[in-house]
Amino acid sequence: MSNRRPYVRSMDGWWKRDPYFIRYMAREVTAVFVALYAIVLLFGLVRLGQGEAAFNGWLQYLKTPWMLVFHLIVLAVFCYHTWSWFNIMPKTMPIIFMGGKRLQPGTITGTGLAASVVACLAVLFIVRGMS
Amino acid sequence: MAENEKIIEIEVLRYRPEQDKEPVLQTYKVPFTDDMSVLQGLQYIKDYLDGTVSFRWSCRMAICGSCGMMIDGKPKLSCKTFLRDYYPGGLRVEALAHLPIERDLVVDATDFVTKLESIKPYIIPKEPRALEQGEYLQTPQQRDMYEQFSSCINCMLCYAACPQYGLNPKFTGPGILALMHRYNADSRDGGQAERNELGYADEGYWGCTAVGYCSEVCPKGVDPANAINQNKMNSAINYFTRFVTPGGAGK
Amino acid sequence: MKRSNEPIFWSLFGAGGMLAALIGPALVFITGIAVPFGFVFSPDTMSYAHMLAFSQSWAGKVFVLAVIALFLWHAAHRIHILLHDFGVHAVTAVRVLCYGGAFAGTVIAAYTLLMIKA
Repeated sequence: MSNRRPYVRSMDGWWKRDPYFIRYMAREVTAVFVALYAIVLLFGLVRLGQGEAAFNGWLQYLKTPWMLVFHLIVLAVFCYHTWSWFNIMPKTMPIIFMGGKRLQPGTITGTGLAASVVACLAVLFIVRGMS
Repeated sequence: MAENEKIIEIEVLRYRPEQDKEPVLQTYKVPFTDDMSVLQGLQYIKDYLDGTVSFRWSCRMAICGSCGMMIDGKPKLSCKTFLRDYYPGGLRVEALAHLPIERDLVVDATDFVTKLESIKPYIIPKEPRALEQGEYLQTPQQRDMYEQFSSCINCMLCYAACPQYGLNPKFTGPGILALMHRYNADSRDGGQAERNELGYADEGYWGCTAVGYCSEVCPKGVDPANAINQNKMNSAINYFTRFVTPGGAGK
Repeated sequence: MKRSNEPIFWSLFGAGGMLAALIGPALVFITGIAVPFGFVFSPDTMSYAHMLAFSQSWAGKVFVLAVIALFLWHAAHRIHILLHDFGVHAVTAVRVLCYGGAFAGTVIAAYTLLMIKA
């Protein structure tokens, strides 16, 4: 019979094999911080529903140094999320033609990042106007 | 050879199923000139140093898709990669990642070929067409929708770049899904519904997590990541509208 | 081939990811840094009265729910994939944990918002 004995290599630690994979995993790990931030907001909402004293407790908690460090990290991670989200966008969109020419990946990423800057500024100004 | 001859060390991942329990590295010292490809380096080894080293090759000009291998950990065509770029450090060549090693640098492509056949990689006309009706007409823009995806040479570099295929070989994988999109996106084709039965499954577009490395390593600029991910939107729309669109329910 | 149910989770993932990419940095800056530590905005921007009034309006309810729920679903989908990438193959357990968590968060947020009456 045949002497075939195909060898299947292990996938253990595959993400360490290539810097490209490390960047991919970094992109995916951002989700942990998105979840943590959403949980902090959810706590605030529940506290809001429980009344003024409870909500003020949550507000005081946000002022602790640990929460500042946490939010600074989350801010950096969200910025990376924004960048990576629009960076992969050209791959996730159908081919689009504008004026007979194919829309270039750089244009798509650039437009997305610009939209994000505009949206963030809009939120900042609206909140400023409300307070 | 000329006086400016240099020597480079090539590490080859050997696997001889009849004697090796697992793959082992073997180093060869290869004299080379600046115009020599990695493939030529391997051919030198086979001709002058060790006739037992096995590897696939054919055209030597990046069109047959036979000589893909991991070169210093990156999936590359060895005919299109030059020894001079690794000098004086040396280089390591291994069989394409994520595929079973048959022997030395030769991988088992059975899975790839079986999947390739399964996606009906040919134009399925929308309706039967008689000869006297003439040729199919296509605008340049219609052609642009698929042309890039038709450049695939089945070299499997994208499979070696795809961790999702490595983690789960049931996933159809980048190259073949890109080829599927190539036919689905062709204005002359009417086989989308048949092919998308696979496309809309977990083994199809949804097995992809948009790593994107497949598009990076493709020697022909096919961009499988785009071919796959633009179909997720179609697949999702089809998922939610299948009960309200005529003939949309399918399976 | 069995049709995948991924579109449900992927759509929520995509919506949350897009929302986070567009306004996420601004939200984190406001709620986590600027307001608690009193710069750029007036210190009472997130006071009980302000936040209560915001959550009493329908637009406010929709916004708060969208941010919390979609961020959770976005994260759940990615963490689910992340565990698969790290080689955790307890598929059902991972799914229940990730999507169950996002679902619970969504229900809690929606219920709390409904209970906040004008």
